[in-house]
Amino acid sequence: MFNALQGWLSIFLWDWLAILMTLVLQVVIVVLPIMIAVAFLTLAERKVIGFMQVRMGPNRVGPNGILQPFADALKLIMKEFVRPQQSNLYLFIIAPVLALAPVVAAWAVIPFGEGAVVSDINVGVMYVLAVSSIVVYGVIIAGWASNSKYAFLGALRASAQKVSYEIAMGFALVTVLMVAGSMNLTEIVHGQQGGFWNWYWIPLLPMLAVYFISGLAETNRTPFDVVEGEAEIVAGFHVEYSSMGFGVFMLAEYAMMVLISFMTAIMFLGGWYSPFENIPVLDPLTAWIPGFIWLFLKVAFLLFLFLWFRATFPRYRYDQLMRLGWKVLIPLTIVWVFVVGVMHYFSIGPWFN
Amino acid sequence: MLENYLPILVFVVLGVLFGVGPLLMSFVLAPNKPDAEKNSPYECGFEPFEDSRMKFDVRFYLVAILFIIFDLEIAFLFPWAIVLDEIGLFGLLSMAVFLSLLVVGFIYEWRKGALEWE
Repeated sequence: MFNALQGWLSIFLWDWLAILMTLVLQVVIVVLPIMIAVAFLTLAERKVIGFMQVRMGPNRVGPNGILQPFADALKLIMKEFVRPQQSNLYLFIIAPVLALAPVVAAWAVIPFGEGAVVSDINVGVMYVLAVSSIVVYGVIIAGWASNSKYAFLGALRASAQKVSYEIAMGFALVTVLMVAGSMNLTEIVHGQQGGFWNWYWIPLLPMLAVYFISGLAETNRTPFDVVEGEAEIVAGFHVEYSSMGFGVFMLAEYAMMVLISFMTAIMFLGGWYSPFENIPVLDPLTAWIPGFIWLFLKVAFLLFLFLWFRATFPRYRYDQLMRLGWKVLIPLTIVWVFVVGVMHYFSIGPWFN
Repeated sequence: MLENYLPILVFVVLGVLFGVGPLLMSFVLAPNKPDAEKNSPYECGFEPFEDSRMKFDVRFYLVAILFIIFDLEIAFLFPWAIVLDEIGLFGLLSMAVFLSLLVVGFIYEWRKGALEWE
């Protein structure tokens, strides 16, 4: 489709411009729906938590509050952007951009279906890990540039926490690569073809838990949101941000949640494959459902878990959080690297061949 | 293969635009009436009486150093995990030795109390 468009465009324009325009179109087609999904995720969060606490959640703007995210965005844009006079102004403005841009860029390698990926590079997992770890810089710079005690403490805590859980996350990714034998996300999904017992969540069940818990900690979600710790450090690294500075940080956090849900669905839960593959009755019945619907259902379920955890769990204390990261998750992942190595050597089950 | 990386460049540029755009919009659309009280750092009603870039706990450095060691380890493990099929038992065992060395270091720092946060 895009090749035809590029060919048609190059009749009128220079070749490089036609290529660039098709590329930009592709990128926009990926990024815009994600940004809209992120906007509605904020609404979904308030609704879900509202219903879990037996109240309505936002229901004033539009039917059942469906337009709430747009009202929020509009309100944030119309508010004054306060620039604290003791801050480093340029760093202060760069920080939110540095938090959002990598999260957007990581979407380049995420496959949404068979061949539906913008940039099918062969180091996809590595790319996502590398790019998403740049977000830490946004946090540190925000805390440093604000020149406020709460922001500074919040940034220190946030960076130490993110960095610690990134190790557990990296080891969990290594086990996935050992099973899949490829860093290309499309090939990782292909390795899981043939029913839900072929998905990697069975041999890597502890790693699924580790990856998702690390994802919670990476995005500073409850139970790991000591970074924001309202009672102690007000709002953490973004106390001094008002208006869209704050909005962009929020956008980055929620986009990261969606990204981690996509990565979990792709690496552990069979990507776009139907769970009913090779099951006698259900497979023909559900064969008409396109792959990306299954992927989106899995992602929606994982995102619901994020919100569910927020409504359910109390906040960890900082020492407990670091203990969980360093003394539980990292030893567990190292042990599981050995276990997967042995399983791989003896070619156990349908996952290793 | 390299042309696959062109979309990533476009993605990065667009990501930056997605960050800069809303900021610019709020600069243009929002009111801007700074005053001394509003622009002073937030400190729960106090006058901020010193620079906030103070000394902080050495354990944050420790976490950073440990992170570098482990992250390097992960960077070594990535290519190893890809070629696991081809390198067989020898590759598996040599990485087991390598990882064991790391685990010994990890146990040492655990016993030394580098991971304690009271």
